[in-house]
Amino acid sequence: MTDAQANTIDRKLLEILVCPVTKTTLEYDREKQELVSRAARLAYPIRDGIPIMLPDEARALED
Amino acid sequence: MPMNAPFDRRLLALHRARALKKRTEGADFLMRLVAQDIEDRLAVTTRTFDLALDLGGHTGVVHDALSRSSRVGTVLRADLFAADTATGTPDLVVDDEILPLADASLDLAVSALSLHWVNDLPGALIQIRRALKPDGLFLGALAGGDTLWELRDALLSAEVELTGGASPRVSPFADTREMGGLMQRAGFALPVADQDRLTVRYDSAFHLMRDLRAMGATSILAERGQAASRSLFMRMAEIYSERHADPDGRIRATFQILSVSGWAPHESQQQPLKPGSARMSLAEALGTHEVSAGEKPAQD
Repeated sequence: MTDAQANTIDRKLLEILVCPVTKTTLEYDREKQELVSRAARLAYPIRDGIPIMLPDEARALED
Repeated sequence: MPMNAPFDRRLLALHRARALKKRTEGADFLMRLVAQDIEDRLAVTTRTFDLALDLGGHTGVVHDALSRSSRVGTVLRADLFAADTATGTPDLVVDDEILPLADASLDLAVSALSLHWVNDLPGALIQIRRALKPDGLFLGALAGGDTLWELRDALLSAEVELTGGASPRVSPFADTREMGGLMQRAGFALPVADQDRLTVRYDSAFHLMRDLRAMGATSILAERGQAASRSLFMRMAEIYSERHADPDGRIRATFQILSVSGWAPHESQQQPLKPGSARMSLAEALGTHEVSAGEKPAQD
């Protein structure tokens, strides 16, 4: 997989994803490669283009 | 993971990832059978599915079967972990117990040999149903209660004999009779539950255990009691051979696969009539006459 591919996430996939904890919408942070759930205050990582939708693997939001 | 949950889901991810890395030839025979069955079940439906999800298939076998089907458009693969093997990586990593899917987003959801490992089966089924668009289809296959009953029997007897007590070592499985009811309670329309039984023969209980490891299907019970000792497994294998072998000495292992299907409700589907909306009396339908309550039939 090239870097260009690794940094694009399937649009179809983005449309159907929600936060697994709160079932609310996610914000896609292209720079950090994260899917952010404001409601759960969690940021789910996207590794090699694969969203990891597990709360255990998510980064807790600070502010 | 909820407190007192019987299954350790991290352990499942670990077992499966380890099994995939080793890629034992033929160890995916159950998954292949299930994938074939799912392909057959899809072939007899009369519609097409734009967006399908392989939920927890983890070997790529189900994903490939769905991709081959002329009835299916895009297939997404969701697993509990991101394997980095020749079997390909998933499109997303999810836990079947907490699905990250928007309501009414999928046309088809397929779960192959995964739902017997969830701690909350009714909850998982409800989440799948909600993720389906109206008239979306769910096809599932999971291990049923008779799976590996010979192994359970031999392990239990060996442990009682050696330690005077028993620990849970083989996972509990869903009951055939309950699956239809669970599907209905999860809100699926036209639910169907069915079962298939398969007997696999092995040289010994050790060969069976090796296959289970290669499938990533060894026990993930959160409380497995005391670690199983070598002597326990030796005795278990002896008992297994005494009680569950064919005349040629090879042992039998039962796999019971429960197949379920159901649709997300839609007005186009068959609906039960509203009470009182009948246009024919029951007596008429049965070809008899109606006798009102309290009135006795004529005696002559």
